[in-house]
Amino acid sequence: MSNYNQEMIEKYRGNFLKEVQDNVEEGDWVKMCMQCGVCSGSCPLGPHWEHPPQEIFMMIRAGKRDEVLQSSSMWMCTSCYNCIARCPRGLPITHIMHGLATYSKRLGLAPKNQPTAKFAQLFWDNLTRTGRVNELKLGLSLYFMNGFSEGIKTALKMKDIGLGMLKTKRMTPMEILGGHGCKDKKGFHAMLKKAQEIEEARIGKSGS
Amino acid sequence: MAKKSYSFYPGCSSQKAASSSNYQVSVDTMCKELDIELNEIPDWNCCSASIGYAGGGELPRLALSARNMALSEEAHPDQDIVATCAACWLATKETQERLNDNADLLAETNTALAEAGLKLKNEKKVRHMVEVLIEDIGYEELGKHVKKPLEGLKIAGYVGCQTNRPFGIAGESFENPKYLDKMIETVGAEACDNYEKKVSCCGGALAFSEPEKSQALIKEIIESAYDNGADMIVTPCPVCQMNTEVYQEQINAKYGTKFKMPVVYYSTLLSVAYGKSAKEAALDGQVIRAKQLEEIAGK
Repeated sequence: MSNYNQEMIEKYRGNFLKEVQDNVEEGDWVKMCMQCGVCSGSCPLGPHWEHPPQEIFMMIRAGKRDEVLQSSSMWMCTSCYNCIARCPRGLPITHIMHGLATYSKRLGLAPKNQPTAKFAQLFWDNLTRTGRVNELKLGLSLYFMNGFSEGIKTALKMKDIGLGMLKTKRMTPMEILGGHGCKDKKGFHAMLKKAQEIEEARIGKSGS
Repeated sequence: MAKKSYSFYPGCSSQKAASSSNYQVSVDTMCKELDIELNEIPDWNCCSASIGYAGGGELPRLALSARNMALSEEAHPDQDIVATCAACWLATKETQERLNDNADLLAETNTALAEAGLKLKNEKKVRHMVEVLIEDIGYEELGKHVKKPLEGLKIAGYVGCQTNRPFGIAGESFENPKYLDKMIETVGAEACDNYEKKVSCCGGALAFSEPEKSQALIKEIIESAYDNGADMIVTPCPVCQMNTEVYQEQINAKYGTKFKMPVVYYSTLLSVAYGKSAKEAALDGQVIRAKQLEEIAGK
């Protein structure tokens, strides 16, 4: 993906706002931000953002490409939609943050070992395998996402929660054997593959 | 009232032995009492909730919900789509909106759907179960079925995020929606009027990836319920329910609190008030037992 990054740098030659408008989900809206800061003040994880949304929007306009795309900021979004509900200009901020996260990951610029970036990828891989989420495997892959010894520690820390879920039949060890899924996996996978192909073709020619 | 039928999208967490299977049990009980027929969308798939974006681009994510809607159009052409999970409802509704606003995206989505032999018209209503209860059944009718009023219970209505924003329930405000409080009163309990964490975020999926940051949010949600004198919390969202219920011991260990607050679904409350057994109301699915509800159900 680093070739892709190079390609985009050359294509947009410092016009990062245009790059975002062309390539980021709902990126067209960025220019509408009037810097009031309501989004930043409304975010439940506000204090943990390296750059809160309002700042991200200004940085995009100021051409701070690396600072934005390498930031852990967008990965702090909990999808609570507070910012969307309150934005006086009606910007779909939640979606723009998701879009920036997707784009930074595609370019290979997302921070390594960012836990939500990793978890979100695990979630996608998990659900696309059979068409439905396998909660047991998702939980286990989450515990072990930072290696084996870390995984054992996390699993031990989480054991009471797991036992509580087992006892109330809200989890089953049987899911390790396969678990729930769609019947038409073939059609499901073909559909996703086609969607990916169409999107990749579109990204390739955007803004040209 | 005549039977009402819907095309039902249950979602991953409601499946057998999954994290909100107890929600599904109580929803089934409640719907039977209210003569609501839920017809499961055949072979539905995951909507990718709000956390699919690291792996999936916009179009693949839209295709997921589009497939469910197309399957629903095929199987239940005259029925609204109804979801019980906040994230399922939101993802489906968002997809519908995005595809209605953008003919190119709809065409691309249909090209992808054709690979699965499907086509989307995108004309159905997508609704949350709460909307069905309020708009199609009504508080008055909901109240008529009450056999055992939940008298003496004080309950904090935790609406959370995704059943409330960005779409929300018609006629309700984003900052202080009242429908859950009205439901609490409909079943004869007392609502915590000034529950200030009513629409605060529990961390959502980040409870998994950022446990410490999320648990700090959850702590405030539970603390505020205690401050308001609540016996329990009620919520319409599976993620809210799980996050506010199962981490209480970890929060106690970290913050020195003594939380043991039951967190139930609106469908749990309605089932118990409708005179159903503890099992039918899925009270056996509580990690933190709702003992007061068990007592009422056992009477």
